[in-house]
Formats: sequence, structure tokens, C-alpha cells
Amino acid sequence: METSYRDKLLQFAFRYGAIIVILGVFAFFAIKLEYFFSGSNIADILRSISIVTFIAIGVTFSLIVDGFDLSVGSTVSLTTVVTASLMVWYEMPLFIVIIVPLLIGACVGLINSFFIVRFKIPDLLATLAVMYIVAGIHKTYTKGYSIYNNMQMTDGTKAPGVMSNAFLTIGQGEFYVGNFTVPIPVILMLLAVAAAHIFLAYTRFGRQMYMTGGNEEAARLSGIKVKRVRTWAYVLSGICAAVGGILFASRVGTGQIDAGAPLLMEAVAAVFVGFSVFGAGKPNVLGTFIGSVLIGVLVNGLTMMNLQYYTHDIIKGTVLILALAVTFYVVKKRRAA
Amino acid sequence: MMNMSKPDHTASKSSAAQTKESLHSTGSAATRISRSLLRMEGIEKAFSGVKALKQVDFEARGGEIHALLGANGAGKSTLMKILSGAYPLDRGEIKLHGERLEIKTPTDAKRLGIHCVYQEVDTALVPQLSVAENIMLDRMADAKQRLWVNPSSIQRMAQQACDQLGVHLPLSHVVERLSLAEKQMVLIARTLIEEAKVVVFDEPTAPLSQQETEVLFRVMRRMRDQGFIVIFISHRLPEVFGECDRLTVMRDGQHVFTSEVADTNPDEVIKEMLGEPFQEQFPPRTSNIHDVLLEAKGLHAGTKVRGVDLEVRAGEIVGIVGLVGAGKSECARLLSGADPMQAGEVRVRGIKLNMKDPADALLAGIAHIPEERRKEGVFVQESVRTNITLPILNKLTRIGFLNRKQETSIAERVIEQFGIKTASRETEVAYLSGGNQQKVSIGKWVGSDAVIYIFDEPTKGVDVGAKRDIFRIIGDLASQQKAILYFTSELGEAIGIADRVIVMCDGQFVKEFGRNEVTQEQLLFYASAGREE
Repeated sequence: METSYRDKLLQFAFRYGAIIVILGVFAFFAIKLEYFFSGSNIADILRSISIVTFIAIGVTFSLIVDGFDLSVGSTVSLTTVVTASLMVWYEMPLFIVIIVPLLIGACVGLINSFFIVRFKIPDLLATLAVMYIVAGIHKTYTKGYSIYNNMQMTDGTKAPGVMSNAFLTIGQGEFYVGNFTVPIPVILMLLAVAAAHIFLAYTRFGRQMYMTGGNEEAARLSGIKVKRVRTWAYVLSGICAAVGGILFASRVGTGQIDAGAPLLMEAVAAVFVGFSVFGAGKPNVLGTFIGSVLIGVLVNGLTMMNLQYYTHDIIKGTVLILALAVTFYVVKKRRAA
Repeated sequence: MMNMSKPDHTASKSSAAQTKESLHSTGSAATRISRSLLRMEGIEKAFSGVKALKQVDFEARGGEIHALLGANGAGKSTLMKILSGAYPLDRGEIKLHGERLEIKTPTDAKRLGIHCVYQEVDTALVPQLSVAENIMLDRMADAKQRLWVNPSSIQRMAQQACDQLGVHLPLSHVVERLSLAEKQMVLIARTLIEEAKVVVFDEPTAPLSQQETEVLFRVMRRMRDQGFIVIFISHRLPEVFGECDRLTVMRDGQHVFTSEVADTNPDEVIKEMLGEPFQEQFPPRTSNIHDVLLEAKGLHAGTKVRGVDLEVRAGEIVGIVGLVGAGKSECARLLSGADPMQAGEVRVRGIKLNMKDPADALLAGIAHIPEERRKEGVFVQESVRTNITLPILNKLTRIGFLNRKQETSIAERVIEQFGIKTASRETEVAYLSGGNQQKVSIGKWVGSDAVIYIFDEPTKGVDVGAKRDIFRIIGDLASQQKAILYFTSELGEAIGIADRVIVMCDGQFVKEFGRNEVTQEQLLFYASAGREE
């Protein structure tokens, strides 16, 4: 069958659309704004997306197995306050401060997959419920207060601990390469993107995740333990969200209440922009990273153009719906072919 | 070319019934069905270039039950889908009482009084609504009707429809609590409400019990006597010869034979269904059969598999034939651990398997090439390479990492060995033809440790050239001392390729033949519920 001119155009838009939009947006701001294209601003942009990229990597895992993890935002909220409280309330050593939130993230993933794999609850609904449960736990745990150094406790005493400097370095530290400032969370993010990409593209388990998401029954008949694969995807998603939570606490130096709620949508938008990068047509980590950059650039540039923070959700939501429109329209066309 | 569709104007035994008036009491116009005659003339239909129907003529009269017969792929379902508007026709005419009908959509067909009762009854029912509401569903959904739904008039009209059919249905119960047979009745009653003139039954008896079947036939006879044109698609010859008035046989997309049932016999019909024995090209093969590899005893799963015993040896190809719905796929899925079995056991080389998952069957060396390859066999959005290497990933992996070079060379080798026509090994499988997708679905097992291959309709939707390749591949596997189970509804294939042929019917193995001991006629006889005297 002959592909029409219109179809070709569509394919082109699908393949290179996201990249062209990012370059276009970048060029627009660079011309329009004096300080946009400077080393420090680029470092700022990358730092601003480091947390959401971790969460988006987690969402990517869940989408690869044809699932969807809505609970990541709440997991970030919970792990942020737990991280802070371990230092401020309990004066735990750094090792514990990092390990406990990661375990919590893994547990949330296990709970999600338990209901999805065992009870066959649709992924969206199961993780929606877990999202509220986890959010509730985090509010109950903090009694609704944010956690900060030597905070006033409800019984009138002062909390004994402070956020340690070593811990704060994770999110706030930076070092210098020549004239460039390189924030530590940016390095962590790039390492995570690279590791996740290698994991998905070059390991057996990564391949099995894609195959499970592509056709669960065919994967099962090919001898893949699909339940186990799906479970792992959610555990990985929970752990990624937990890393996001730890970074958040380190970045702001307090345990903010409800920190993760706004991050869910941003992460999901990044993943769906990533669908269309280079015409992948399926969730992939490099695409997710590029999607994350797109959102970061947009928010940064528009902020510099004096757009108020309360308009940010409009921008992020618009990016998401456009990415979804492109993805679903073109993928549907392809399937019909 | 034999074409016997021209109407023979011999006296029909149902002429008395034709003059009867319909008992329709719904709506303003009580439809008068007299001397009704449905004719389809010169119907042609092609699907992406492949002709499914070639110049088909078909005729059915009011006041008769007309059986439409044919082997799988003969075109009978396609023809009826054209009649009911599910497919648009490419060429030809449909006439009712000599009046030409324009049928482009199912809505057109229904408006003109042509209704179809499909096997999948649930797709046409709203489970949470009552029986009466379901019977009246189209009427209630009709925008031209009054806005308000009057429960008592719904009940009354539904009751009238049931009375007309002579059946009793619990009108106020919700439909989801009904048996399958009762659900069929709901749909039949609905056709009365919609003032049907032609009602097509698409293999309605396959899932029914003996008793339910008798009730259904009573209803069909009653509809016939009221002057409806009743068309009955079935595989079961005893039913056709017991209940129908006339029959039409189709083969390879063509009309081949129409006769009064009284003027023919099952042997003649089977001969017409099969036609000239078509010589498929099967590769010459010398069997070299050794020890028993696979052994199954007393397999049970629901009503679909009812006590199956089986033995397959190394180097042996066992063909298992049966018509659609005989339980072949279900049986194949039990053997490969895809579905749980309710009773029975499977042994490989004498060792009993504990199968919870296909992965367990695979460890024992059982590979399953499923019937629905796009749904269960291949990953259409993945490349040929990743499809082929999936079952052997563990062999291509070192500390979790894939050896891409080795993977690529294995994929290349399978593509060449199987003659898979693809632009490259990185092409998405979605872009391959059906036959080549099937080769991928088989080819992925080549490097694995599978010793028992279960094929479920491997040539379904595959062109002639690819078919020959697939037969060759299967023959090669047997000569490598693999054990092959070949489930098919293509009788000729089983005879051509298998060392032994087992006939399956209604979930049971009913007959077994050795190589060259059997004809297609015999197989079809046993497969269509024939019994030895």
C-alpha cells in the first residue's frame, strides 16, 4: 500500500516532533532572553528536573510492562518526610536515612503489584487507591506538619536533630568543571538515566519487561514469568520515586508536606513526550529524559519571562495532552497498518 | 463450473406454511410474509486482494429451514455477514421478494428485516437489564420512539414475542443470570419484535446440550411454520439431516450444491464439501519413530476437554483434527500449561509435570505455537530479531547482559533457514505477512531446548507458498526426533503430514487412524458427530 503524503508527514512529525519542539523552544528563549543560554542557567534547568526525572524513570518502568503507576507522587511525599524525620526526630546515621525510604518505596511497589497481579485490578485503579493510602500515611505520620531542623513538637519539646550537612550535599552540592557549575543531583540523574537505559536495552530482564508489556499472553507462552516481571516493574517504580523523595528532602533541607503531589503529572508528561522521541512508539528512558528536559526548559524560560508559578500547571498539562495526542493518534494509525 | 443455484420450481414442502400469516402483533403494520424469497446473486467479496467469495448465488425461501454448509474457510460466514450488513459486498445483488435491497451496514439489514443470531450472544445483550428489556432493547434505543419507557407495555410485548415462539422466559429476571440457551432465546425473541423476515443462525447449537438443542429446533420449526426464512449454519450433519428442509453447500468461496434435504444424503454432502481432493504439497518424509516423549492421561477442563488420553513419540507427528469448537485449542493449551487443568496429568519422558505456568512446561521441553498468532504468538511491535530470540534469552546472556552479536547471528540464521520474508531483522513483525509472522512464531523455538512442539492451526491465514515452507519445517523437526502435535481443522493437512490422525469432537477423542488409512470423508464424518453403528 502506498503511504500518502499526509501519512509521511505524520510519521516525520512523530519521529522528530519532540526534538524539533525542544530545539525550537530552546532557540526561542535563547534569542528572546539574555541570560537563558548561559552555563549557570542550563545547570539550573538540569537541577530543576533532576527530581522529576527520577520519578519519570519509575513511571517509565510501569508503562513498559503496560501498567501505570499513579502512586509515585505520594511515594515521594512519604519518603521525603520520612527521610527528614529520621534525621530531625530520630538522629539516625546517613546510611539508615537513605536505606529506609528506599525500602518504603519498594514496599509501595510490592503492594501495588500484589493487587494488580493477584487480584487483577486494573493498574490505574489499584495505584489510584494506593496513591491515596500512601498520601494519607504521610499526613498521619507528620500530623500534617512539615519537618524542619529542631522543629517544635506537638508536646512542646524541640526535636533533637538537624538535617546533616553530608545529607544536604546530595541535593545541594555542586562542583566546578572549568567555568561550569555541575550540581551533584544532575550527575546522579545522568547516571540513573544511563543505568536505566543500559538495563532496559542490554539486559535480559529489560527485554523481558518490554515483551511482557508488548503482549502478555505471548510472553507467557514464551516462558516468561510475567507476574514476576510486572511485580519488579512496580518495585523499581517505587524505588525510583523514593530516590526522588530523598533528593527532595536534601534539596530543600526540610521535609515538606505534600511535596510529591505536583510531580506526578510532570513525570507522566515527560514519559509520554518520550514515547515519540525518535519514533520509538513505546516508553523508553532516553525519551523520558528528553521529555523531562522539554518541561524544564519551558518552565524555566517562561518563568524568566515573568510568567507566574501558578500558571505552570497549565503549561505542563498542555505538554502532556499534546504528547498524548501525538502518541495515540500515530500509534493507532500504525496499528491499523 | 457446477452451479446449481438456479431456483428449481419444484413444489416446496413448505408451500402451505408460506401462505400463513405472520402473527406479528407489534407495531402498526403486521407484516405479511407470503411467497417470500431471498436471493443473493453473483456475490463477490475480496479481503485485501484475496477473493473470499466468487460469484456466489444463494437462495432461501420463506417457510423453510435452509442449512448452509461448508468446510472451514468455504465462505459461508462471509456470505452471511454480507447479508447482515457486517461486510459490504464488492459486487452482486441481494433481493427479497424480487425487490433489490441496499445493505451497507448492520442497521440497513435490520431495517429490512434481516437478523442474525451470532454464537457470541453476550455481545448483543445488556447483562444488567431484565429479559423483557433486552428483548425490547432496539425498540427502546430507537430515537424515533416515544421518550418514556412504559414497563407494562414492554412486559406485554416481550410476552407476546415469547408466546409466538412458544417459549417461556423469566421476563423480569436480569439477563446475566440466564443460561446460554436462554440468552439465545432472548435474541430470537428480539428479532420478532424487530419484525424480522430473515433470521440467520450462525452455528447456534455448538455450545448447547442435547435438550437445549431440541428446544432451539422446536423454536426454529415454529418460525419456519410462521413463514420466516430461517438460515442455519452448522457443521453437524445429523442436525442438518434431522431438522432442515433444504441445504446449500459452499466450498472455496463458491456455491457448489443446493438440494432438498430429502433428495440427498450425508455422503453426498461430505463429498461436495470437500470437492476434488486437493493435493497439497507435503514434503516426502520417512518416519523414524522412537520412545514416548509426551504422555497425557484423563485431561479435563470444563466442557471443552472431557477426558483426553494421548501419547506422542520422538520423531512422530500426530494430527488431531476436529471442527471449530471441538476443543482442540483448549486441549493444546492444557498440554502446554497455558490453562490450568481440572483433572488429569501430563508426563514428559515418564516424569509427571507440575505445570502452573507455560514456563514450567517449557522447562520440560514443551513449546506451544498458538492459533491466534497476533494475540498470543508474536509481538507485533517488536522486531523480528527480538521475537525470534525471546525463548532463548537465557542462553544469550552473561551476568544479565545480552550478547547482541550472538543474538543477531541467531536471528539471521533463523530468518534464512525458515525463509522469512522481511525487509530486515529489525523490521517490526506487524509489517510481515501472515505466513511470515507464523514462521517467526515457530522459528523462535528453534534454538531452544524444546523437544515437544504443539502446533495449533499453524496454516491459518497463511498463503500456499508459506504453507509449504511450514510443512517442510515441521517435517524437519520430526526428523530431528522432536515429538509433534498438530491440531488442525484442515482435514487434508492432517492426512498429508501426520503419522497418526486422531479425530476430536465435543471435547473427546472419538477415533484414531494410522497413516494412509483414512480419507477426508471419513474424518469429516467422525468430526461432525457421526458415530459408528
